[in-house]
Amino acid sequence: MNWGSVSEFLAMGGYAGYVWGSFGITAACLVLEILLLKARRREAVRRVG
Amino acid sequence: MTSRINWFKYSSPASFYPLAGKLIPAFFAVASLLAVCGLYIGFFVAPTDAQQGEAYRIIFIHVPAAWMSMFLYVVMAFWAGMGLAFNTRLSSMMASAIAPTGALMTFIALWTGALWGKPMWGAWWVWDARLTSELILLFLYLGFMSLQAAIDDPRRADKAGAVIALVGAVNVPIIYFSVQWWNTLHQGASVSLTRNPSMAATMLAGMLIMALAIWIYSIAVVLMRVRSVILERERNSDWVQELTEQQS
Repeated sequence: MNWGSVSEFLAMGGYAGYVWGSFGITAACLVLEILLLKARRREAVRRVG
Repeated sequence: MTSRINWFKYSSPASFYPLAGKLIPAFFAVASLLAVCGLYIGFFVAPTDAQQGEAYRIIFIHVPAAWMSMFLYVVMAFWAGMGLAFNTRLSSMMASAIAPTGALMTFIALWTGALWGKPMWGAWWVWDARLTSELILLFLYLGFMSLQAAIDDPRRADKAGAVIALVGAVNVPIIYFSVQWWNTLHQGASVSLTRNPSMAATMLAGMLIMALAIWIYSIAVVLMRVRSVILERERNSDWVQELTEQQS
């Protein structure tokens, strides 16, 4: 185990902004992509019917 | 002996559409499972890097996204080329469905690269061969998408997009070999088939599992998107109309 405590984990050895900025934006992008795809599908289904 | 399996069955949108619909939840489930394993290894098993401290953990998203950005481009160019050569509808729809996810992976590679470059090199961005060719890849994806969006007739849009996709494919080996061909700040390849990995086994395992997760995620979202593209383009066809009658 690398981390003694939760705050140590969150601090990422002083690189918190860089590490969490990378993982956070990536997660946000993937969630946004799925939401946009669901909206596109709803619209496509609506126009077929 | 002649095969009785019709290998071309799933090359028609009408039979591919329901197949893709069935596969999507399975791909999402496997991708999530792999992402959980990969992140666990990346944050809790892989040790702190001797030179880069904890900042190196960006590798677990940066390298898989960068690999995926190049791989998706090759797949997109392949399907676009197939559509151009054989005039098959589904091939061109696949190419259109891959482009936005490819652009997203390229953006993630550039974004995480900037956040890694700042603490390690002291700069968010440098005009270096690897970074510049990856930025060109983003412009190729965006160019393909905006060209297709600008042409009303989908068949003509497919042909024009295929030309960009195929010409732009030259950029992929340039990205890959840029760290060998030019002097660059960017470090060399993380994984090579011809020599031992330059990193700890747990770091490598975490990175490869994350690469697999992002790969299967990409398949899932591309299948989702291609189903919408099929509905948008074939909404007047008999099989789509029958589909909605069954559902209602």
